[in-house]
Amino acid sequence: MQAHGFHGISARDLQLWRGERHVLRGLSVEAASGDCVHLAGPNGSGKTTLLRVLAGLLTPEEGGVSWRGQPIAADRDGYAATISYLGHSDGLKPDFTACENLAFECGLRRRLEAGDIDRVLAQVGLAGAREQAARSLSAGQRRRLAMARVILSRASIWLLDEPFTNLDADGVQMLAGVVAGHLDAGGAALIASHQPPVIPGHPARRVELA
Amino acid sequence: MPRRTAASAMLLMYRRDLLLAFRHWDQVAQPVVFFAMVTTLFPLALSPELGELRELAGGVLWVAALLAALLGLEFLFRADHADGTLEQMLLSGQPLALLALAKGAAHWTASGLPLVLVSPLMAVSLGVPAAALLTVVLSLALGTGILSALGAIGAALTLGLRRGSMLLSLLVLPLAMPALIFGARAIDMAIHGEAASGPLLLLASMLVLTVTLAPLATAAALRISAE
Repeated sequence: MQAHGFHGISARDLQLWRGERHVLRGLSVEAASGDCVHLAGPNGSGKTTLLRVLAGLLTPEEGGVSWRGQPIAADRDGYAATISYLGHSDGLKPDFTACENLAFECGLRRRLEAGDIDRVLAQVGLAGAREQAARSLSAGQRRRLAMARVILSRASIWLLDEPFTNLDADGVQMLAGVVAGHLDAGGAALIASHQPPVIPGHPARRVELA
Repeated sequence: MPRRTAASAMLLMYRRDLLLAFRHWDQVAQPVVFFAMVTTLFPLALSPELGELRELAGGVLWVAALLAALLGLEFLFRADHADGTLEQMLLSGQPLALLALAKGAAHWTASGLPLVLVSPLMAVSLGVPAAALLTVVLSLALGTGILSALGAIGAALTLGLRRGSMLLSLLVLPLAMPALIFGARAIDMAIHGEAASGPLLLLASMLVLTVTLAPLATAAALRISAE
């Protein structure tokens, strides 16, 4: 279902400075349907920066990200609708319940159907926390809820920044299964993490950031 | 994949921000309490003589409303920036300028509208005759709308700064001067029994101008601040 109208993305010769630091030095990444790319590197090597560039939140000084053979700036909103970004922060409103968070934050992207939210909450193991305010959830539960938002977006390209942080063994397995399902359906995932992600049936291609 | 139309996304954004405002009603009540306090201090500090107060009423109401509206502006995007929902908003695939417009409208409903609603009461306490009350309400309704639209640009620009509130006032207040001049003048004219439609129409055209153009500037500023 996610594969609908899928086009890969590619980033070429990215150069990016943050103040005095040359963070991205001529980096190239690409991902096509069914690809799982693992962005690896020590702390401060620019994994988050690269994901933000790929998401279109940051503009590199040189090089660029293209999608459907065009620079993403050509159709910013159209591109944003095909990606889903899980950042450092979970992007949840502490005052909203788990259900409201998904209804508002995901509802901006697409019309949700009845049962969509309950289904995805059960999938990430938060069925019992439906009416709980996000502020009262544990860090791991918030990460699961943020992941639920990614799933619910039905985007074809997932950009995940340290998605395994704070997850228990059960959660890691759940997430790996979710990503595998996404890749099986023809989506792509770019995952920045310290541990290589183990996605059943999908060996990750490693991109090293120095 | 059924994309949501921009109009219904705006409506959703408006509902979301109002719901959040109601859960933080103390923050919402701040501007209206400030407005009521300042306007009631004037009779105490100056003179209880209604004739004297009446001469100053237009200016007092407008300055108090301007500063009160400025109080709430800082929070327009701050929480969304801090918890990461602003990033998700930028990546929602919806036109950012329209989402910014919806957020501005919600902000006005939560902080500008209460001010407009209590203004007749405050005006009466300053000796404004009943015949001029409609002008008070109209001029403040238009004025707070202009401020919400202009202030959104300032709030978006100062988002990444640690002590942005000072800079925010410096950015927004000069832009709001024309509105202040014509708004206070409208009330003054109405108090003296003259027709105030001239300055009111000018205010209305300023509102149209800011509501059309400010969201575009706000959207551009948000993209810069989110980097």
